[in-house]
Amino acid sequence: MILAYDNLPTVDEVVLEARNIAKSFGNTHALKGVNFDIHRGQVTTLFGENGAGKSTLMKILSGVITPTSGEIVLDGESILFNNANEARAKGISIIHQELSLAPNMNVRDNIFMGREIIKGGQVDFAEEERQARELMAELEEDIDPLTPLEELRLGQQQIIEIARAISQKSRILIMDEPTSALSAAEVEVLFKVIRDLTTKGVSIVYISHHLEEALTITDHAVVLRDGTMTAYAPRKDINLEWIVRNMVGENFDLGSPPTGYEFGNTALHVKNLVIKDSGGGDYNVVDNLSIDVKAGEIVCVYGLMGAGRSEFMECAAGRLRAQQGHILLGDEDVNKLSIAERIQAGLALVPEDRQKDGLVQTMTVGQNLSLASIGEFTHKLLTSKADEDSLIDESIRAVTVKTSGAEAAIGSLSGGNQQKVVIGKMLATAPKVLLLDEPSRGIDIGAKAEVFKLLAERAKQGLAVVYSTSEVAECLSIAHRIIVMHKGKISAEFDHTASKEQIMAASGESVTH
Amino acid sequence: MSATAQKQTVQGVSAAPKKLDIGRLLLEGRAFFALIAIIIFFSLMSPYYFTVNNFLIMSSHVAIFGLLALGMLLVILNGGIDLSVGSTLGLCGVFAGFLMQGVNIEFLGMTFYPSLWVVVVLTCLLGAAVGTVNGVLVAHFKVPAFVATLGTMYVARGIALLMTNGLTYNQLEGKPELGNTGFEWLGFNRLAGIPISVIVLIVVAVLCGLMISRTAFGRWLYASGGNETAADLSGVPIKRVKVTVYLLSGVCAALAGLVLSSQLTSAGPTAGTTYELTAIAAVVIGGAALTGGRGTVRGTILGALVIGYLSDGLVIIGVSAYWQTVFTGTVIVLAVLLNSLQYGTSGKNR
Repeated sequence: MILAYDNLPTVDEVVLEARNIAKSFGNTHALKGVNFDIHRGQVTTLFGENGAGKSTLMKILSGVITPTSGEIVLDGESILFNNANEARAKGISIIHQELSLAPNMNVRDNIFMGREIIKGGQVDFAEEERQARELMAELEEDIDPLTPLEELRLGQQQIIEIARAISQKSRILIMDEPTSALSAAEVEVLFKVIRDLTTKGVSIVYISHHLEEALTITDHAVVLRDGTMTAYAPRKDINLEWIVRNMVGENFDLGSPPTGYEFGNTALHVKNLVIKDSGGGDYNVVDNLSIDVKAGEIVCVYGLMGAGRSEFMECAAGRLRAQQGHILLGDEDVNKLSIAERIQAGLALVPEDRQKDGLVQTMTVGQNLSLASIGEFTHKLLTSKADEDSLIDESIRAVTVKTSGAEAAIGSLSGGNQQKVVIGKMLATAPKVLLLDEPSRGIDIGAKAEVFKLLAERAKQGLAVVYSTSEVAECLSIAHRIIVMHKGKISAEFDHTASKEQIMAASGESVTH
Repeated sequence: MSATAQKQTVQGVSAAPKKLDIGRLLLEGRAFFALIAIIIFFSLMSPYYFTVNNFLIMSSHVAIFGLLALGMLLVILNGGIDLSVGSTLGLCGVFAGFLMQGVNIEFLGMTFYPSLWVVVVLTCLLGAAVGTVNGVLVAHFKVPAFVATLGTMYVARGIALLMTNGLTYNQLEGKPELGNTGFEWLGFNRLAGIPISVIVLIVVAVLCGLMISRTAFGRWLYASGGNETAADLSGVPIKRVKVTVYLLSGVCAALAGLVLSSQLTSAGPTAGTTYELTAIAAVVIGGAALTGGRGTVRGTILGALVIGYLSDGLVIIGVSAYWQTVFTGTVIVLAVLLNSLQYGTSGKNR
């Protein structure tokens, strides 16, 4: 994983310069004058917390939005993109964080969507297929171009998105969190492709919340904070600590496991849980899993994508059916209970995808917070506004949501605050066991630390916490116990003194296939 | 309440520049302003339009669409659609007519003449039954709402035609000696000068408004319409909510059927054809989003008034029926256009 710095192009040519770029939305200043260069055949990574302005900057570079002031200089020439197509015509393309693929069409048609190869007035499917096969070979993915996209795993779909961008032969390729859905092996391949592209002179602009990963690939680092650029340096001058310091403005620690109290009785008892693959596959996504969690204990479930963590949690919450096994909450068997009854009994889930499964976008911050505890402020038939407001105020304070008020639109919050709303919603139901599926996904390091602090506080008050993560650093931060899952089974169990290497080895990450 | 409202305005000013306020006000109150514009326009065009009597007559026309639209609002808030309400209206009207003629039970050799209230209750139950079929199909068998209710639309219409052999029940007045008089009461009578049909609409609207804004069910409805999985994971009984909204939509259609056949003192099997589209239009003009989760009772009633007052106004000033269709269509498209203007921007930013 060591980059060969002496292999960099001899002429350190600047392809694109961003000069004093500023962007305001109404009174909100998303960007306040940002300067940086993109070098030919090199990787430039943008670091920054959520809301620091990374996405806005990327949208400006790719022509999706126009800056309020400042200029973009491409090949020494000042240009202005009015839309994404103009940017694409100049060789700048972007891979968005959210997939923009059609699940009903096959891989080939997705790759060539909107740029079909036309021969004699018809689409030349044979040629498209040949090129698609070449791309798949290049990306070392064993995917047939005629496979319908919806049959692929999320990680593979991400690869198709990347393949599409590569096939456009762009000079500047912007990647917004391309690895968030990829397995470790797929990340390896992606990085190899990135290196191939850079040797061909393609410039990459890379955004990731996974700092260590981004450091292994980048040549230059640009750090943004609150819409201003706080630092800009080549890779050889920087390290992880430097990035974090510039991102958050101080030294940061995710915390350590809360101590100084005794665990209570077993709060969650999972015995021999078996869940079959819902996609019709002939294997078990969770295979004979048994876990006990005591009141006040924080357990981290670590594993790769597809290890069965999400399925285990969704099954415990009542969203998936188990083929076999028991889930007991205290002494109560919850197997036959509905989701609502499990919440009532004290078992709550914070789902993995907060946009899709956690929040109701059409409702306000307050209504989202009170959604799971409507019964608390309903007397006889009608809801009580006063009681609801006090419940909402309490929640906003408890999870420290930064919002202009309970009536604000949920979409106006940053990712980290949205996540706090989802957590606050479930905490308002006074759970005994709280399951959190990747609670730190896509939120910045400051919000992460706040979320973990909150969980530690609640654990001290007797809440049993189970959270899953795919970042090793997070395992070791507040968990009393770390359970590593691999292919639906528990492959190892550690206490918080374990090393990162031990955990990663147990997850099957080092076993490349 | 006032404290939070005050806090809101302060934030509102800081979030959006002041000059936008008039535009926003016009956009958000568009159904209301459209209604005012329609009333002013037709009052200038015709001396007969702006009279108490005319408003009461127009309102009793609005009552039919209004009742359908309220049921439709519930379904649309849930993110669904109910195409069967027009047919359910027709079927329920025919069923009420059938009951008023007397039910002949052959093996007993007797004919029963149910009293008016029994007729009303049974008809509403029939509407509820049709709605429940829709709801179960959509919620439990995962049939897309459009298809499920399209099917029920045909079936209900077919049954109505079969029941009457395509004919119309005319004798709905009942006979004093049989104790089943008073059917025309719904359509013709007035309380304190207000037609009963309008009172029915107001009562249903108030109940509906209370239900969706002040009960747990209402919150469930908005949540499951906005994001069904999130609602599900928060413990909302999404299937029960779904079945209930279709059931209530069926009941609203049955009420509308009773009012219409009472107004006409006849029950025909083709009554209410295409009324489902008018109901959808009223809901949309009232600012509800067809994607679910957004919409109000107030808006829907305004939407129904806009459609009703517009088409009656066009009749009064003597515009041809063909032009009426064109105007109504234009208003609907305009309304949807403004809806996407209002929701399009807020939906995008994260």
